[in-house]
Amino acid sequence: MFSYTPLIVLFPLLGFLFLGLFGSRVKNEKLLGIIGSGSVGLSFLLAASLFATMLGLHPEERKHVVELFMWISAFTGSSSSFSVPVAYQIDQLSVLMTLIVTGVGFLIHVYSIGYMHGDPGYWRFFAYLNLFIFAMLNLVLADNFLLMFLGWEGVGLCSYLLIGFWHDRKFETGGYKPGTAMTGDAAKKAFVVNRIGDFGFLLAMFLIFVHFGSLNFDSVFARAAALSEGNNAMLWIGLLLFLGATGKSAQIPLFVWLPDAMAGPTPVSALIHAATMVTAGVYMVARCSVLYALAPEALQVMAVVGALTALMAATIGLVQNDIKKVLAYSTVSQLGYMFLAMGVAAFSAGIFHVLTHAFFKALLFLGSGAVIHAMHGEQDIQKMGSLKHHMPTTYKTFLIGAIAIAGIPPFAGFFSKDEILWKAFSSEHGSVVLWAIGVIGAALTAFYMFRLVSLTFEGEKRYGADVHPHEAPKTMTIPLIVLAFLSIVGGFLGVPESLFGGNALERWLEPIFAPAYDKLRMSSHPVEITEYLLMVLSVGVAAAGIYAARAIYLRRTDIAERWKTKFATAYKVLLNKYYVDEVYDAAIVTPTVKVSEGFLWKGIDVVVIDGIVDGSARLIATVAQGIRRVQTGIAQQYATVFVGGIFLILMWLILK
Amino acid sequence: MISQHILTITIFFPLVGVVALFFVNSEKSQLIKLVGFLTTVATFAFSLFLYFRFDAAAPGFQFREYAVWIAGLNISYFVGIDGISLLLIVLTTFLTPLALLGTWNSIHKRIREYTMMILLLEIGMVGVFASLDLFLFYIFWEAMLIPMYFIIGIWGGKDRVYAAVKFFLFTLFGSLLMLVAIIALGVYASTLPGGYFTTNVLQLYGVAPRMALTLQTWMFLAFTLSFAIKVPLFPFHTWLPDAHVQAPTAGSVLLAGVLLKMGTYGLIRFSLPLFPHAAFTFVPLLGILAVIGIIYGALVAMVQTDLKKLVAYSSVSHLGFVVLGIFSMTEEGIQGAVIQMINHGLSTGALFLIVGMLYDRAHTRMIADFGGVAKVMPVFSTIFMIVSLSSIGLPGLNGFVGEFLILLGSFKSMFLGTYAYATFAASGVILAAVYLLWAYQRVIFGPVREGGLYGGHTLSDLNMKEVVSLSAILVFIVWIGVYPQTFLSKSGPVAKQLVQGLEFVRSGGQIRTAELPVTNGPSGH
Repeated sequence: MFSYTPLIVLFPLLGFLFLGLFGSRVKNEKLLGIIGSGSVGLSFLLAASLFATMLGLHPEERKHVVELFMWISAFTGSSSSFSVPVAYQIDQLSVLMTLIVTGVGFLIHVYSIGYMHGDPGYWRFFAYLNLFIFAMLNLVLADNFLLMFLGWEGVGLCSYLLIGFWHDRKFETGGYKPGTAMTGDAAKKAFVVNRIGDFGFLLAMFLIFVHFGSLNFDSVFARAAALSEGNNAMLWIGLLLFLGATGKSAQIPLFVWLPDAMAGPTPVSALIHAATMVTAGVYMVARCSVLYALAPEALQVMAVVGALTALMAATIGLVQNDIKKVLAYSTVSQLGYMFLAMGVAAFSAGIFHVLTHAFFKALLFLGSGAVIHAMHGEQDIQKMGSLKHHMPTTYKTFLIGAIAIAGIPPFAGFFSKDEILWKAFSSEHGSVVLWAIGVIGAALTAFYMFRLVSLTFEGEKRYGADVHPHEAPKTMTIPLIVLAFLSIVGGFLGVPESLFGGNALERWLEPIFAPAYDKLRMSSHPVEITEYLLMVLSVGVAAAGIYAARAIYLRRTDIAERWKTKFATAYKVLLNKYYVDEVYDAAIVTPTVKVSEGFLWKGIDVVVIDGIVDGSARLIATVAQGIRRVQTGIAQQYATVFVGGIFLILMWLILK
Repeated sequence: MISQHILTITIFFPLVGVVALFFVNSEKSQLIKLVGFLTTVATFAFSLFLYFRFDAAAPGFQFREYAVWIAGLNISYFVGIDGISLLLIVLTTFLTPLALLGTWNSIHKRIREYTMMILLLEIGMVGVFASLDLFLFYIFWEAMLIPMYFIIGIWGGKDRVYAAVKFFLFTLFGSLLMLVAIIALGVYASTLPGGYFTTNVLQLYGVAPRMALTLQTWMFLAFTLSFAIKVPLFPFHTWLPDAHVQAPTAGSVLLAGVLLKMGTYGLIRFSLPLFPHAAFTFVPLLGILAVIGIIYGALVAMVQTDLKKLVAYSSVSHLGFVVLGIFSMTEEGIQGAVIQMINHGLSTGALFLIVGMLYDRAHTRMIADFGGVAKVMPVFSTIFMIVSLSSIGLPGLNGFVGEFLILLGSFKSMFLGTYAYATFAASGVILAAVYLLWAYQRVIFGPVREGGLYGGHTLSDLNMKEVVSLSAILVFIVWIGVYPQTFLSKSGPVAKQLVQGLEFVRSGGQIRTAELPVTNGPSGH
């Protein structure tokens, strides 16, 4: 059964090849959509049946590796040689990620059938989506770092291609190139910023290979488990891998690409920039939990970065007016929570949040897509309002998503977020400060989400008479309903002991993280009264956030306006996203271009090096001109020089 | 008969085409092109014969042919190939017909002479990779300069004469020093007890490493300078952008695809094994120059306004990786360098073809003159994307395999001794994405130009010949990316032997052969 694992990866690849090679000739949208969605659906079914088989097995028997062929090997023979195969590993963690990727991926493919209807690049869109799923599955199923890196870069490429999908369209960055940026600029920015992270990933792989002599997960982690902590190299490996994660998962300082990535079609934002690709960094850290257990300082850095990102992005989300931008910053913020979890060594809590976030954030993005669709491309929530009457299904499902992300029980987001907050407070690696930042972030999350809901769906209608919003077609609403259902029940996979749950997810993942927990000497805590207090508190702030948002944006709209003027500076800073883009531009991008052009090219190349070359050529020409004069052709002169020469030689011989 | 002389036949077969062209009316341009193309295809077929008959497991050089040339000086026509030269020869014979096919309609004057020059160039290129006698190597090395000089100087762009002279002088300067060193090496061999003058590489492998360090250093510098100019290594690279921009497309393809590799090939074949002690002392310098080249080439490429010049500077960056890999003196590094030479030949060759195809249509290469090409040339745009990604080093395509092995090798290299080289070099990975994607975006993405006019011309998508030539390259771009073992296994034993030799010398070991063999001939290995 497990030998079929590579097929999970193969189906989307076949889908991509078919659509990429022949798609342009297939005029039938339905057929293209069925092939595109079908390939992912097949992968999902296979993954689900593998999962079902795994459920029936002992925890130790759940892991399987299927090797296909040797990929890169520097030479043959020696045992210490560098060689990496293409091999897939299915275990408790990778099967979970595979189910998320193919399951949510399938729903988004189906949604796209309706959303992309009539687009001239219809086939191309599905080809790219299938390629993305293929790359993402390589990322999560790889049994070694190098193949994971292939997936890692592959999803980055698909992200690039899909952000720039409508490459002839303009795009409002809210930062650089105001009014003139094209979607291609956003795509390029995403790729390049991610490459900065990949640079860290690459160096980490080199260090891993130098220290462990392999890039294979099993051998690296087995050897790591035998090491003791306090190794400097492990700290570097941890930090460099995390640099990679900050790129892919949009954390400080590399988060700047994700909000711009909203230039892509909305299903792309849902699939790549919310549910799957951006969580790759979290998955990678989870996969390397043993390595991180050897470098607790790296975990501390991660916890701080995660918490700060969660807070910073949430504050920006408070004032954005583009429906997708709000969701984008929300994603950055939620990813911050996941890294906070990882940083306090609550690995399974982080993965739990990956799962629930995939449900409710995909739902919210797809809902926003339905809204944009209905509003004929309008994304400014200031020009919406009262849409719930025209698109009730979208409204209801969106509302479920919003409640879930706000952390109201028993919706999915409550369980995962609360577990993170509790671990941030109680873990040996957590602290009250980290917990407090998390709670403030939670309040802000509830506030900006319900600001979004209120301005979009409720209150007064603020759009022109020429816009006639309508409910989305079935292919779009069915995925919304499924995701809404999952956003309600998804949390029950991880009900904590304190709420009389078995925390099924944590137990399922136990074998994966056990070596790391051992290393970190983590003990399990008995249920305390504090846990309930904190739980009540976090639900309380969420409820308060919701109430405040509804009060301000539905009943007392004047308050928002007054605050804008009262806190004008703060408002401007938030609206401009702390000017991070501008700072990067002024500090890095512009100087690099200026120095490269003015100094390196037109200075060193043209003036210095060519100057020396041309100068020496001129020098030789000048000298030759001089020497030429000696050759006068007058015999008497030659004779004079000749005699003079003999005279000088004689003199020298005599005087010597 | 044929199978015994297959290497010589592969080297000189293009001569058949040259002779045939003498008898073709210079007006019949289609016939001329066909003769040229078929000749190069036949040469490729001969090289495939080499490829499939080559035994990677067998040590030493294969398909050897030996004939005394200048008996008194022990100079011989001595050719033979190992895994590395095999790959480079096949690359050469593969790219030459594609360069002709991809630029079928690009040349409008003196087509017959042009085709002859390309064929003569091919002889020189293959000859360089097959020579096992330094004198013979030098002849091929210099002979190849002449057709290239004419290709740039006659069929080039506006400033072709300046570019051709610059190219010629730069490379000639380096190679004259090498000639002096070759003679000095032969003389050195004759001063040994029982020695005699020789330019036989295999014999010199045995004696040259035992030279006193000072002498070795001078010779190493003479050889290496010559190769560094050819590569080109920073700061000897300024001939390259001019030569590339002015050369006609096929010239650029072969210049980038093959000629530059002669420099890096020379480093592997001669600089390291002949003068290992000197090489050790120069590892830091060459490593630093290579890393500067990687970053510098990428930064300067980023700000170019001419697409062809951008590709030219990207070569400086890519070849920096190759040199770094070679001087890491690890198996990973050298294997990576070899595969990266092939990769660069394919990817940059394809990029020059792509720029040429664009220029043939719009008569401009300025990036600012384009935009929205995706709409008017979709097939072209797709191929351009894949080739760019290969050049950027996306895993799954060829460039990644080479770059990764090189960086890994230089990271763990005990000769480089620090992580700094690989760390700085790896930043080139970021920059490559910047300059290529930025250029791609400005040319391909965005709205279509007003009226669909580019440089006053409408653009048509690729024709069949162009698609075939680029697709042939794409096959190998994917192949090497997915299953590089096909090629790595050919060069593996050579890299292993070289590195083991270097490590042996480094640890104080003496090369075994203490004296020249008594009998003259193709001995030793």
